[in-house]
Amino acid sequence: MISNLRGRVWKFGDHIDTDVMTSGKYLNLPMEDIKRHVFEAIRPKFSQEVKPGDIIVAGRNFGCGSSRETAPAALKALGIGAVVAESFARIFYRNAIAIGLPAIVCSKVGGLLKDGDEAEISFNDGKIINGASKKSFDFVPFPDEMLQILECGGIEGLLKQFIRDQR
Amino acid sequence: MGLTIAEKILGRTSGKKSVKPGQYVTANVDLAMVHDSMGPITEILSRVGVERVWDSEKIVCLLDHWNPPSTVRDAEMYKQIRSAIKKFNIKYFYGQNAGICHQVLFEKGHILPGKLIVGADSHTLIYGAFGAAAAGIGFSEMAYVLTTGKLWFRVPETIALKIQGTLPSRVTSKDIILFLAGKYSVDVAQYKAIEFSGEVCKEMTLSSRMTMTNMSAEIGAKFAFFEPDERVKEYLKGRTNETFASIKPDADALYEQMYEEDVSHLEPQVAFPFSVDNVKPISKVGPIKIDQAVVGSCTNGRLEDLRMAAEVMKGKKVHPDVRMLIIPASAEVYQNAVHEGILNQLIESGAIICNPGCGPCMGGQMGLLASDEVCITSTNRNFKGRMGSSESELYLASPATVAASAVTGRIMDPREI
Repeated sequence: MISNLRGRVWKFGDHIDTDVMTSGKYLNLPMEDIKRHVFEAIRPKFSQEVKPGDIIVAGRNFGCGSSRETAPAALKALGIGAVVAESFARIFYRNAIAIGLPAIVCSKVGGLLKDGDEAEISFNDGKIINGASKKSFDFVPFPDEMLQILECGGIEGLLKQFIRDQR
Repeated sequence: MGLTIAEKILGRTSGKKSVKPGQYVTANVDLAMVHDSMGPITEILSRVGVERVWDSEKIVCLLDHWNPPSTVRDAEMYKQIRSAIKKFNIKYFYGQNAGICHQVLFEKGHILPGKLIVGADSHTLIYGAFGAAAAGIGFSEMAYVLTTGKLWFRVPETIALKIQGTLPSRVTSKDIILFLAGKYSVDVAQYKAIEFSGEVCKEMTLSSRMTMTNMSAEIGAKFAFFEPDERVKEYLKGRTNETFASIKPDADALYEQMYEEDVSHLEPQVAFPFSVDNVKPISKVGPIKIDQAVVGSCTNGRLEDLRMAAEVMKGKKVHPDVRMLIIPASAEVYQNAVHEGILNQLIESGAIICNPGCGPCMGGQMGLLASDEVCITSTNRNFKGRMGSSESELYLASPATVAASAVTGRIMDPREI
Protein backbone atom coordinates (compact mmCIF):
# COMPACT_ATOMS: atom_id res chain seq x y z
CA MET A 1 0.00 0.00 0.00
CA ILE A 2 1.26 3.47 -0.82
CA SER A 3 1.40 5.87 2.14
CA ASN A 4 -0.76 8.98 2.25
CA LEU A 5 0.82 12.39 1.88
CA ARG A 6 0.53 15.87 3.32
CA GLY A 7 2.64 18.75 2.09
CA ARG A 8 3.02 22.21 0.64
CA VAL A 9 1.76 22.77 -2.88
CA TRP A 10 4.15 24.03 -5.55
CA LYS A 11 1.99 25.14 -8.41
CA PHE A 12 3.02 25.15 -12.06
CA GLY A 13 1.22 25.96 -15.31
CA ASP A 14 0.68 24.02 -18.53
CA HIS A 15 3.33 22.28 -20.68
CA ILE A 16 6.15 22.23 -18.12
CA ASP A 17 8.94 20.41 -20.01
CA THR A 18 11.67 18.08 -18.80
CA ASP A 19 14.40 20.46 -20.01
CA VAL A 20 13.39 23.02 -17.36
CA MET A 21 13.21 20.26 -14.75
CA THR A 22 16.70 18.96 -15.47
CA SER A 23 18.54 20.81 -18.19
CA GLY A 24 20.63 18.84 -20.72
CA LYS A 25 23.77 20.63 -19.62
CA TYR A 26 23.62 19.03 -16.15
CA LEU A 27 22.49 15.56 -17.18
CA ASN A 28 25.82 13.84 -16.74
CA LEU A 29 26.42 15.22 -13.23
CA PRO A 30 25.73 13.21 -10.08
CA MET A 31 22.13 13.46 -8.83
CA GLU A 32 23.29 15.50 -5.82
CA ASP A 33 24.29 18.24 -8.29
CA ILE A 34 21.46 17.78 -10.79
CA LYS A 35 18.80 18.29 -8.13
CA ARG A 36 20.19 21.71 -7.22
CA HIS A 37 19.26 22.96 -10.71
CA VAL A 38 15.67 21.71 -10.87
CA PHE A 39 13.39 24.38 -12.43
CA GLU A 40 16.36 26.76 -12.49
CA ALA A 41 15.24 28.49 -15.71
CA ILE A 42 11.71 29.21 -14.49
CA ARG A 43 11.81 29.11 -10.68
CA PRO A 44 15.42 29.51 -9.52
CA LYS A 45 14.88 29.13 -5.73
CA PHE A 46 12.73 26.00 -5.96
CA SER A 47 15.43 23.48 -5.14
CA GLN A 48 16.46 25.38 -1.99
CA GLU A 49 12.96 25.91 -0.67
CA VAL A 50 11.25 22.62 -1.40
CA LYS A 51 10.79 20.19 1.52
CA PRO A 52 10.35 16.42 1.69
CA GLY A 53 6.71 15.47 1.24
CA ASP A 54 5.82 18.56 -0.80
CA ILE A 55 3.46 18.14 -3.71
CA ILE A 56 3.67 19.54 -7.22
CA VAL A 57 0.37 20.62 -8.74
CA ALA A 58 0.39 21.40 -12.44
CA GLY A 59 -1.80 22.03 -15.46
CA ARG A 60 -1.89 20.23 -18.78
CA ASN A 61 0.87 18.12 -20.35
CA PHE A 62 3.26 18.14 -17.38
CA GLY A 63 6.66 16.69 -18.28
CA CYS A 64 6.54 17.14 -22.05
CA GLY A 65 9.70 16.79 -24.10
CA SER A 66 12.70 14.58 -23.56
CA SER A 67 12.42 11.04 -22.19
CA ARG A 68 15.08 11.75 -19.55
CA GLU A 69 14.21 9.84 -16.41
CA THR A 70 16.46 12.28 -14.60
CA ALA A 71 13.50 14.69 -14.53
CA PRO A 72 11.17 12.72 -12.21
CA ALA A 73 14.21 11.24 -10.44
CA ALA A 74 15.45 14.74 -9.51
CA LEU A 75 11.97 15.67 -8.20
CA LYS A 76 12.00 12.52 -6.10
CA ALA A 77 15.55 13.24 -4.93
CA LEU A 78 14.34 16.64 -3.68
CA GLY A 79 11.71 14.81 -1.65
CA ILE A 80 8.64 15.56 -3.76
CA GLY A 81 6.00 13.07 -2.63
CA ALA A 82 3.69 13.20 -5.65
CA VAL A 83 2.90 15.17 -8.76
CA VAL A 84 -0.74 15.94 -9.46
CA ALA A 85 -1.57 17.33 -12.89
CA GLU A 86 -4.54 17.92 -15.13
CA SER A 87 -2.70 15.73 -17.64
CA PHE A 88 0.80 14.33 -18.15
CA ALA A 89 3.07 13.89 -21.12
CA ARG A 90 3.31 10.17 -21.75
CA ILE A 91 6.96 9.37 -21.11
CA PHE A 92 7.21 11.53 -17.98
CA TYR A 93 4.16 9.74 -16.65
CA ARG A 94 5.66 6.30 -17.30
CA ASN A 95 9.02 7.33 -15.88
CA ALA A 96 7.50 8.77 -12.70
CA ILE A 97 5.62 5.54 -12.02
CA ALA A 98 8.70 3.52 -12.97
CA ILE A 99 10.81 5.23 -10.31
CA GLY A 100 8.04 5.08 -7.71
CA LEU A 101 6.93 8.73 -7.80
CA PRO A 102 3.11 8.80 -7.85
CA ALA A 103 1.89 10.77 -10.89
CA ILE A 104 -1.75 11.55 -10.29
CA VAL A 105 -4.22 12.67 -12.93
CA CYS A 106 -6.95 15.00 -11.69
CA SER A 107 -8.51 17.28 -14.28
CA LYS A 108 -9.97 19.66 -11.66
CA VAL A 109 -6.92 20.06 -9.41
CA GLY A 110 -6.18 23.58 -10.72
CA GLY A 111 -9.30 25.00 -9.04
CA LEU A 112 -8.70 23.17 -5.77
CA LEU A 113 -5.21 24.29 -4.82
CA LYS A 114 -3.00 27.31 -5.21
CA ASP A 115 0.70 27.77 -4.66
CA GLY A 116 1.62 27.58 -0.96
CA ASP A 117 -1.56 25.72 0.09
CA GLU A 118 -1.34 22.57 2.12
CA ALA A 119 -2.66 19.47 0.36
CA GLU A 120 -3.37 15.92 1.42
CA ILE A 121 -3.43 12.89 -0.81
CA SER A 122 -5.31 9.83 0.31
CA PHE A 123 -4.36 6.87 -1.86
CA ASN A 124 -6.89 4.57 -0.18
CA ASP A 125 -9.81 6.82 -1.06
CA GLY A 126 -8.30 8.13 -4.30
CA LYS A 127 -8.75 11.73 -3.19
CA ILE A 128 -6.78 14.93 -3.24
CA ILE A 129 -7.79 17.28 -0.45
CA ASN A 130 -7.25 20.98 0.26
CA GLY A 131 -5.76 20.96 3.79
CA ALA A 132 -7.51 24.18 4.86
CA SER A 133 -10.98 23.95 3.30
CA LYS A 134 -11.11 20.11 3.30
CA LYS A 135 -12.63 20.33 -0.17
CA SER A 136 -11.57 17.36 -2.25
CA PHE A 137 -11.62 15.82 -5.70
CA ASP A 138 -11.28 12.20 -6.77
CA PHE A 139 -8.34 11.31 -8.94
CA VAL A 140 -8.12 8.71 -11.69
CA PRO A 141 -7.27 5.39 -9.99
CA PHE A 142 -4.10 3.56 -11.00
CA PRO A 143 -4.58 0.42 -13.12
CA ASP A 144 -3.18 -2.81 -11.67
CA GLU A 145 -0.02 -2.72 -13.82
CA MET A 146 1.02 0.59 -12.29
CA LEU A 147 -0.15 -0.15 -8.78
CA GLN A 148 2.07 -3.22 -8.77
CA ILE A 149 5.06 -1.07 -9.77
CA LEU A 150 4.31 1.68 -7.23
CA GLU A 151 3.91 -0.88 -4.46
CA CYS A 152 7.37 -2.27 -5.29
CA GLY A 153 8.73 1.30 -4.97
CA GLY A 154 9.35 1.37 -8.73
CA ILE A 155 9.96 -0.99 -11.63
CA GLU A 156 13.42 -1.78 -10.27
CA GLY A 157 11.70 -3.55 -7.38
CA LEU A 158 9.65 -5.55 -9.88
CA LEU A 159 12.81 -6.42 -11.78
CA LYS A 160 14.42 -7.66 -8.56
CA GLN A 161 11.42 -9.96 -8.08
CA PHE A 162 11.83 -11.24 -11.63
CA ILE A 163 15.52 -12.01 -11.06
CA ARG A 164 14.70 -13.78 -7.77
CA ASP A 165 12.02 -15.88 -9.48
CA GLN A 166 14.46 -16.77 -12.26
CA ARG A 167 16.99 -18.17 -9.81
CA MET B 1 -15.12 -3.61 -35.84
CA GLY B 2 -11.96 -2.78 -37.78
CA LEU B 3 -8.59 -2.09 -36.20
CA THR B 4 -6.05 0.73 -36.44
CA ILE B 5 -2.35 -0.01 -36.98
CA ALA B 6 -1.62 0.51 -33.26
CA GLU B 7 -4.40 -1.91 -32.24
CA LYS B 8 -3.15 -4.56 -34.69
CA ILE B 9 0.44 -4.40 -33.44
CA LEU B 10 -0.42 -4.32 -29.72
CA GLY B 11 -2.91 -7.16 -30.26
CA ARG B 12 -0.30 -9.34 -31.96
CA THR B 13 2.45 -8.64 -29.41
CA SER B 14 0.21 -9.19 -26.39
CA GLY B 15 -1.26 -12.42 -27.81
CA LYS B 16 -4.80 -11.08 -27.92
CA LYS B 17 -7.26 -11.37 -30.79
CA SER B 18 -8.27 -7.78 -30.50
CA VAL B 19 -7.54 -4.92 -28.15
CA LYS B 20 -9.41 -1.69 -27.49
CA PRO B 21 -8.24 1.84 -26.71
CA GLY B 22 -7.84 2.37 -22.98
CA GLN B 23 -7.05 -1.30 -22.34
CA TYR B 24 -3.77 -2.15 -20.57
CA VAL B 25 -1.73 -5.02 -22.02
CA THR B 26 1.64 -6.60 -21.38
CA ALA B 27 3.36 -6.98 -24.73
CA ASN B 28 6.44 -8.80 -26.04
CA VAL B 29 8.76 -6.23 -27.56
CA ASP B 30 10.31 -6.99 -30.99
CA LEU B 31 13.29 -4.65 -30.70
CA ALA B 32 14.86 -2.38 -28.08
CA MET B 33 17.10 0.59 -28.87
CA VAL B 34 19.51 2.17 -26.39
CA HIS B 35 22.07 4.92 -26.93
CA ASP B 36 24.11 6.85 -24.35
CA SER B 37 21.20 6.04 -22.05
CA MET B 38 22.89 2.63 -21.72
CA GLY B 39 25.11 4.36 -19.10
CA PRO B 40 22.42 4.83 -16.44
CA ILE B 41 20.66 1.65 -17.62
CA THR B 42 23.86 -0.34 -17.04
CA GLU B 43 23.96 1.01 -13.49
CA ILE B 44 20.42 -0.22 -12.87
CA LEU B 45 21.19 -3.66 -14.38
CA SER B 46 24.22 -4.11 -12.17
CA ARG B 47 22.41 -2.81 -9.06
CA VAL B 48 19.66 -5.38 -9.60
CA GLY B 49 22.14 -8.13 -10.47
CA VAL B 50 21.07 -8.84 -14.05
CA GLU B 51 23.51 -11.33 -15.58
CA ARG B 52 22.01 -11.79 -19.03
CA VAL B 53 19.65 -9.92 -21.31
CA TRP B 54 16.45 -11.34 -22.72
CA ASP B 55 17.72 -11.58 -26.31
CA SER B 56 21.11 -10.24 -27.35
CA GLU B 57 20.00 -10.11 -31.01
CA LYS B 58 16.99 -7.90 -30.36
CA ILE B 59 18.87 -5.04 -28.76
CA VAL B 60 20.56 -2.31 -30.77
CA CYS B 61 22.99 0.13 -29.17
CA LEU B 62 25.19 2.98 -30.36
CA LEU B 63 26.64 6.19 -28.95
CA ASP B 64 25.43 9.53 -30.27
CA HIS B 65 24.47 12.12 -27.65
CA TRP B 66 27.91 12.99 -26.23
CA ASN B 67 30.00 11.55 -29.00
CA PRO B 68 32.94 11.98 -29.12
CA PRO B 69 33.17 12.69 -25.38
CA SER B 70 34.18 16.23 -24.51
CA THR B 71 34.72 15.61 -20.79
CA VAL B 72 36.54 12.86 -18.91
CA ARG B 73 33.29 12.06 -17.15
CA ASP B 74 31.54 11.35 -20.46
CA ALA B 75 34.52 9.30 -21.65
CA GLU B 76 34.29 7.18 -18.49
CA MET B 77 30.59 6.63 -19.14
CA TYR B 78 31.31 5.54 -22.72
CA LYS B 79 33.94 3.13 -21.44
CA GLN B 80 31.43 1.65 -19.02
CA ILE B 81 28.85 1.24 -21.80
CA ARG B 82 31.30 -0.52 -24.13
CA SER B 83 32.18 -2.96 -21.41
CA ALA B 84 28.49 -3.66 -20.70
CA ILE B 85 27.94 -4.31 -24.41
CA LYS B 86 30.67 -6.99 -24.29
CA LYS B 87 29.37 -8.46 -21.05
CA PHE B 88 25.85 -8.88 -22.43
CA ASN B 89 27.11 -9.92 -25.85
CA ILE B 90 24.90 -7.38 -27.65
CA LYS B 91 25.05 -8.32 -31.33
CA TYR B 92 24.13 -4.99 -32.91
CA PHE B 93 26.44 -2.38 -31.40
CA TYR B 94 27.27 0.33 -33.93
CA GLY B 95 29.77 2.07 -31.72
CA GLN B 96 30.80 5.67 -32.02
CA ASN B 97 31.07 6.29 -35.75
CA ALA B 98 27.62 5.51 -37.16
CA GLY B 99 25.64 8.63 -36.28
CA ILE B 100 22.31 9.33 -34.60
CA CYS B 101 20.51 6.24 -33.33
CA HIS B 102 17.26 6.83 -35.18
CA GLN B 103 18.86 7.40 -38.57
CA VAL B 104 21.23 4.45 -38.17
CA LEU B 105 18.49 1.99 -37.22
CA PHE B 106 16.72 2.73 -40.51
CA GLU B 107 19.96 2.46 -42.49
CA LYS B 108 20.95 -0.86 -40.92
CA GLY B 109 17.59 -2.42 -41.75
CA HIS B 110 16.27 -2.83 -38.20
CA ILE B 111 13.04 -0.96 -38.78
CA LEU B 112 10.39 -3.13 -40.39
CA PRO B 113 6.63 -2.58 -40.81
CA GLY B 114 4.47 -3.97 -38.02
CA LYS B 115 7.22 -4.28 -35.38
CA LEU B 116 6.80 -3.20 -31.77
CA ILE B 117 9.90 -1.20 -30.85
CA VAL B 118 10.87 0.63 -27.69
CA GLY B 119 13.77 3.04 -27.40
CA ALA B 120 15.24 4.93 -24.47
CA ASP B 121 14.70 8.16 -26.38
CA SER B 122 11.64 10.34 -26.79
CA HIS B 123 11.93 10.48 -30.59
CA THR B 124 11.71 6.70 -30.97
CA LEU B 125 8.28 7.04 -32.56
CA ILE B 126 10.11 8.17 -35.74
CA TYR B 127 10.20 4.46 -36.73
CA GLY B 128 6.50 4.71 -37.52
CA ALA B 129 7.59 6.25 -40.83
CA PHE B 130 7.97 2.58 -41.90
CA GLY B 131 4.81 1.41 -40.13
CA ALA B 132 6.42 0.23 -36.88
CA ALA B 133 4.77 0.91 -33.51
CA ALA B 134 7.62 2.59 -31.71
CA ALA B 135 7.58 4.42 -28.40
CA GLY B 136 10.08 6.12 -26.12
CA ILE B 137 10.56 4.88 -22.57
CA GLY B 138 12.88 5.76 -19.67
CA PHE B 139 15.97 4.11 -18.19
CA SER B 140 14.29 1.99 -15.52
CA GLU B 141 11.66 0.66 -17.89
CA MET B 142 14.38 -0.08 -20.45
CA ALA B 143 16.33 -2.03 -17.82
CA TYR B 144 13.15 -4.06 -17.33
CA VAL B 145 12.70 -4.61 -21.09
CA LEU B 146 16.36 -5.58 -21.64
CA THR B 147 15.95 -8.24 -18.95
CA THR B 148 12.43 -9.52 -19.62
CA GLY B 149 11.54 -8.49 -23.19
CA LYS B 150 8.15 -7.32 -21.92
CA LEU B 151 6.45 -4.07 -20.98
CA TRP B 152 2.99 -2.78 -20.14
CA PHE B 153 1.23 -0.59 -22.69
CA ARG B 154 -1.98 1.34 -22.71
CA VAL B 155 -3.69 0.77 -26.05
CA PRO B 156 -3.94 4.28 -27.47
CA GLU B 157 -6.80 5.98 -29.23
CA THR B 158 -5.82 6.80 -32.82
CA ILE B 159 -6.29 10.09 -34.61
CA ALA B 160 -6.12 10.40 -38.38
CA LEU B 161 -4.29 13.33 -39.94
CA LYS B 162 -4.98 13.65 -43.64
CA ILE B 163 -2.69 16.00 -45.55
CA GLN B 164 -4.02 17.03 -48.96
CA GLY B 165 -2.91 19.23 -51.85
CA THR B 166 0.65 19.75 -53.09
CA LEU B 167 3.50 21.31 -51.13
CA PRO B 168 4.84 24.57 -52.59
CA SER B 169 8.54 24.88 -53.42
CA ARG B 170 10.88 25.24 -50.41
CA VAL B 171 8.05 24.34 -48.06
CA THR B 172 8.75 20.99 -46.39
CA SER B 173 7.29 18.32 -44.14
CA LYS B 174 8.84 20.20 -41.20
CA ASP B 175 6.62 23.15 -42.05
CA ILE B 176 3.58 20.85 -42.11
CA ILE B 177 4.24 19.40 -38.68
CA LEU B 178 5.06 22.82 -37.16
CA PHE B 179 1.85 24.15 -38.69
CA LEU B 180 -0.11 21.27 -37.14
CA ALA B 181 1.50 21.90 -33.73
CA GLY B 182 0.67 25.61 -34.00
CA LYS B 183 -2.91 25.01 -35.02
CA TYR B 184 -3.77 22.12 -32.69
CA SER B 185 -1.32 22.61 -29.75
CA VAL B 186 1.43 20.47 -28.25
CA ASP B 187 -0.91 18.02 -26.58
CA VAL B 188 -3.38 17.35 -29.40
CA ALA B 189 -2.09 13.77 -29.74
CA GLN B 190 -1.24 13.21 -26.09
CA TYR B 191 -0.98 9.49 -25.32
CA LYS B 192 -2.51 8.77 -28.75
CA ALA B 193 -1.39 7.19 -32.00
CA ILE B 194 -1.40 9.22 -35.20
CA GLU B 195 -1.99 7.80 -38.67
CA PHE B 196 -0.84 10.18 -41.39
CA SER B 197 -2.52 9.85 -44.77
CA GLY B 198 -3.56 11.86 -47.81
CA GLU B 199 -2.01 12.62 -51.17
CA VAL B 200 0.86 14.72 -49.78
CA CYS B 201 1.90 11.86 -47.47
CA LYS B 202 1.72 9.33 -50.31
CA GLU B 203 4.05 11.44 -52.45
CA MET B 204 6.42 12.25 -49.61
CA THR B 205 10.00 10.94 -49.52
CA LEU B 206 10.83 8.56 -46.67
CA SER B 207 13.10 11.21 -45.14
CA SER B 208 10.27 13.74 -45.05
CA ARG B 209 7.99 11.14 -43.47
CA MET B 210 10.62 10.55 -40.79
CA THR B 211 10.57 14.27 -39.95
CA MET B 212 6.80 14.08 -39.41
CA THR B 213 6.79 10.94 -37.24
CA ASN B 214 9.80 12.26 -35.31
CA MET B 215 8.12 15.59 -34.54
CA SER B 216 4.91 13.81 -33.57
CA ALA B 217 6.60 13.51 -30.17
CA GLU B 218 6.20 17.28 -29.92
CA ILE B 219 2.42 17.04 -30.18
CA GLY B 220 2.32 14.36 -27.51
CA ALA B 221 1.97 11.21 -29.62
CA LYS B 222 2.82 7.74 -28.38
CA PHE B 223 3.06 6.22 -31.89
CA ALA B 224 2.92 7.88 -35.31
CA PHE B 225 2.43 5.94 -38.53
CA PHE B 226 2.68 6.22 -42.27
CA GLU B 227 1.25 3.26 -44.13
CA PRO B 228 4.31 1.42 -45.49
CA ASP B 229 4.40 1.40 -49.31
CA GLU B 230 6.68 0.45 -52.21
CA ARG B 231 9.22 3.09 -51.20
CA VAL B 232 9.72 1.35 -47.87
CA LYS B 233 10.19 -2.04 -49.59
CA GLU B 234 12.63 -0.49 -52.04
CA TYR B 235 14.64 1.15 -49.22
CA LEU B 236 14.88 -2.10 -47.27
CA LYS B 237 16.20 -4.10 -50.24
CA GLY B 238 19.73 -5.15 -49.38
CA ARG B 239 19.43 -3.76 -45.85
CA THR B 240 17.63 -6.70 -44.23
CA ASN B 241 17.24 -10.43 -44.81
CA GLU B 242 14.24 -10.63 -42.55
CA THR B 243 10.91 -11.16 -44.25
CA PHE B 244 8.11 -8.84 -43.31
CA ALA B 245 4.49 -8.22 -44.18
CA SER B 246 3.05 -4.82 -44.81
CA ILE B 247 0.54 -3.39 -42.39
CA LYS B 248 -2.39 -1.06 -42.82
CA PRO B 249 -5.48 -0.04 -40.86
CA ASP B 250 -8.78 -1.75 -41.60
CA ALA B 251 -11.17 0.28 -43.75
CA ASP B 252 -13.65 0.41 -40.85
CA ALA B 253 -11.06 1.18 -38.15
CA LEU B 254 -12.30 3.52 -35.46
CA TYR B 255 -10.60 6.90 -35.08
CA GLU B 256 -11.05 9.18 -32.13
CA GLN B 257 -10.72 12.22 -34.34
CA MET B 258 -10.06 12.95 -38.03
CA TYR B 259 -8.28 16.07 -39.15
CA GLU B 260 -7.77 17.22 -42.71
CA GLU B 261 -5.50 19.98 -43.97
CA ASP B 262 -4.75 21.27 -47.46
CA VAL B 263 -1.15 22.47 -47.58
CA SER B 264 -1.13 23.84 -51.14
CA HIS B 265 -0.76 27.41 -49.87
CA LEU B 266 1.30 26.65 -46.77
CA GLU B 267 4.08 29.14 -45.97
CA PRO B 268 7.33 28.19 -44.25
CA GLN B 269 6.61 28.01 -40.49
CA VAL B 270 8.68 29.13 -37.49
CA ALA B 271 8.20 28.01 -33.86
CA PHE B 272 9.06 30.84 -31.46
CA PRO B 273 10.53 30.31 -28.00
CA PHE B 274 9.77 28.45 -25.78
CA SER B 275 7.19 26.03 -27.08
CA VAL B 276 6.90 23.98 -30.26
CA ASP B 277 3.32 25.18 -30.77
CA ASN B 278 4.22 28.87 -30.58
CA VAL B 279 4.20 28.92 -34.38
CA LYS B 280 3.94 31.75 -36.92
CA PRO B 281 4.03 31.68 -40.72
CA ILE B 282 7.20 33.29 -42.05
CA SER B 283 5.30 36.35 -43.34
CA LYS B 284 4.37 37.23 -39.74
CA VAL B 285 7.79 36.69 -38.20
CA GLY B 286 9.29 40.21 -38.40
CA PRO B 287 12.99 41.05 -38.13
CA ILE B 288 14.83 38.66 -35.76
CA LYS B 289 18.64 38.69 -35.71
CA ILE B 290 20.35 35.36 -35.18
CA ASP B 291 23.74 34.26 -33.79
CA GLN B 292 23.66 30.58 -34.70
CA ALA B 293 22.01 28.43 -37.37
CA VAL B 294 21.88 24.63 -37.09
CA VAL B 295 20.96 22.02 -39.71
CA GLY B 296 21.03 18.56 -38.20
CA SER B 297 19.45 16.10 -35.72
CA CYS B 298 17.21 13.04 -36.05
CA THR B 299 14.51 15.46 -37.19
CA ASN B 300 16.22 17.15 -40.13
CA GLY B 301 19.81 16.01 -40.63
CA ARG B 302 19.30 13.70 -43.60
CA LEU B 303 20.65 13.97 -47.14
CA GLU B 304 17.61 15.83 -48.50
CA ASP B 305 17.91 18.35 -45.65
CA LEU B 306 21.59 19.03 -46.34
CA ARG B 307 20.83 19.17 -50.06
CA MET B 308 18.09 21.73 -49.44
CA ALA B 309 20.41 23.87 -47.28
CA ALA B 310 23.09 23.78 -49.97
CA GLU B 311 20.61 24.67 -52.70
CA VAL B 312 19.32 27.70 -50.76
CA MET B 313 22.88 28.87 -49.99
CA LYS B 314 24.39 28.25 -53.41
CA GLY B 315 26.84 31.03 -54.31
CA LYS B 316 26.13 32.81 -51.01
CA LYS B 317 28.06 33.24 -47.77
CA VAL B 318 27.07 32.71 -44.14
CA HIS B 319 26.51 36.13 -42.53
CA PRO B 320 29.66 37.25 -40.64
CA ASP B 321 27.76 37.45 -37.31
CA VAL B 322 26.43 33.89 -37.61
CA ARG B 323 27.93 30.52 -36.65
CA MET B 324 26.40 27.90 -38.93
CA LEU B 325 26.61 24.23 -37.99
CA ILE B 326 25.86 21.38 -40.38
CA ILE B 327 25.52 18.02 -38.64
CA PRO B 328 24.87 15.04 -40.92
CA ALA B 329 22.59 12.56 -39.14
CA SER B 330 24.80 9.57 -39.91
CA ALA B 331 28.05 8.43 -41.50
CA GLU B 332 26.02 7.26 -44.51
CA VAL B 333 24.42 10.69 -44.89
CA TYR B 334 27.86 12.29 -44.44
CA GLN B 335 29.44 10.15 -47.17
CA ASN B 336 26.60 10.70 -49.61
CA ALA B 337 26.73 14.44 -48.97
CA VAL B 338 30.47 14.37 -49.70
CA HIS B 339 29.92 12.46 -52.95
CA GLU B 340 27.22 14.86 -54.08
CA GLY B 341 29.52 17.83 -53.42
CA ILE B 342 27.01 19.24 -50.92
CA LEU B 343 29.44 19.54 -48.04
CA ASN B 344 32.12 21.15 -50.16
CA GLN B 345 29.66 23.78 -51.24
CA LEU B 346 28.47 24.39 -47.66
CA ILE B 347 32.08 24.75 -46.50
CA GLU B 348 32.68 27.31 -49.25
CA SER B 349 29.65 29.20 -47.98
CA GLY B 350 31.26 29.32 -44.54
CA ALA B 351 29.41 26.58 -42.64
CA ILE B 352 31.08 24.38 -40.01
CA ILE B 353 30.66 20.63 -40.66
CA CYS B 354 30.39 18.64 -37.40
CA ASN B 355 30.63 14.90 -36.88
CA PRO B 356 27.39 12.89 -37.14
CA GLY B 357 25.53 12.82 -33.82
CA CYS B 358 23.07 14.77 -31.74
CA GLY B 359 25.36 17.81 -31.47
CA PRO B 360 23.91 20.76 -29.55
CA CYS B 361 20.24 19.74 -30.05
CA MET B 362 19.74 18.72 -26.43
CA GLY B 363 22.38 21.01 -25.01
CA GLY B 364 25.01 18.30 -24.69
CA GLN B 365 27.91 19.75 -26.64
CA MET B 366 29.20 21.30 -29.87
CA GLY B 367 27.51 24.66 -30.37
CA LEU B 368 25.94 25.79 -27.10
CA LEU B 369 24.49 29.28 -26.78
CA ALA B 370 25.57 32.16 -24.55
CA SER B 371 23.08 34.40 -22.74
CA ASP B 372 20.94 36.50 -25.07
CA GLU B 373 22.09 34.55 -28.11
CA VAL B 374 19.49 33.55 -30.67
CA CYS B 375 19.57 30.38 -32.75
CA ILE B 376 17.43 29.13 -35.60
CA THR B 377 17.55 25.38 -35.87
CA SER B 378 16.15 22.45 -37.83
CA THR B 379 16.06 20.37 -34.62
CA ASN B 380 12.96 19.48 -32.63
CA ARG B 381 12.64 21.46 -29.38
CA ASN B 382 12.90 25.10 -28.39
CA PHE B 383 12.42 24.82 -24.64
CA LYS B 384 14.04 27.35 -22.35
CA GLY B 385 17.74 26.61 -21.93
CA ARG B 386 17.58 23.57 -24.21
CA MET B 387 20.68 24.46 -26.27
CA GLY B 388 22.73 26.25 -23.63
CA SER B 389 22.10 29.34 -21.52
CA SER B 390 18.69 29.73 -19.86
CA GLU B 391 18.80 33.24 -21.31
CA SER B 392 19.20 32.11 -24.94
CA GLU B 393 16.41 31.72 -27.49
CA LEU B 394 15.64 28.97 -30.00
CA TYR B 395 13.49 29.18 -33.12
CA LEU B 396 12.55 25.98 -34.96
CA ALA B 397 12.21 25.83 -38.74
CA SER B 398 12.93 23.75 -41.83
CA PRO B 399 16.49 23.35 -43.16
CA ALA B 400 15.55 25.73 -46.01
CA THR B 401 14.51 28.49 -43.62
CA VAL B 402 17.58 27.88 -41.42
CA ALA B 403 19.87 28.15 -44.45
CA ALA B 404 18.24 31.35 -45.72
CA SER B 405 18.52 32.84 -42.23
CA ALA B 406 22.19 31.88 -41.94
CA VAL B 407 22.92 33.93 -45.07
CA THR B 408 20.98 37.05 -44.12
CA GLY B 409 21.73 36.97 -40.38
CA ARG B 410 18.05 37.24 -39.53
CA ILE B 411 15.10 34.86 -39.83
CA MET B 412 14.42 34.77 -43.53
CA ASP B 413 11.86 33.36 -45.96
CA PRO B 414 13.70 30.73 -48.05
CA ARG B 415 11.50 31.54 -51.06
CA GLU B 416 12.80 35.10 -51.17
CA ILE B 417 16.54 34.55 -51.20
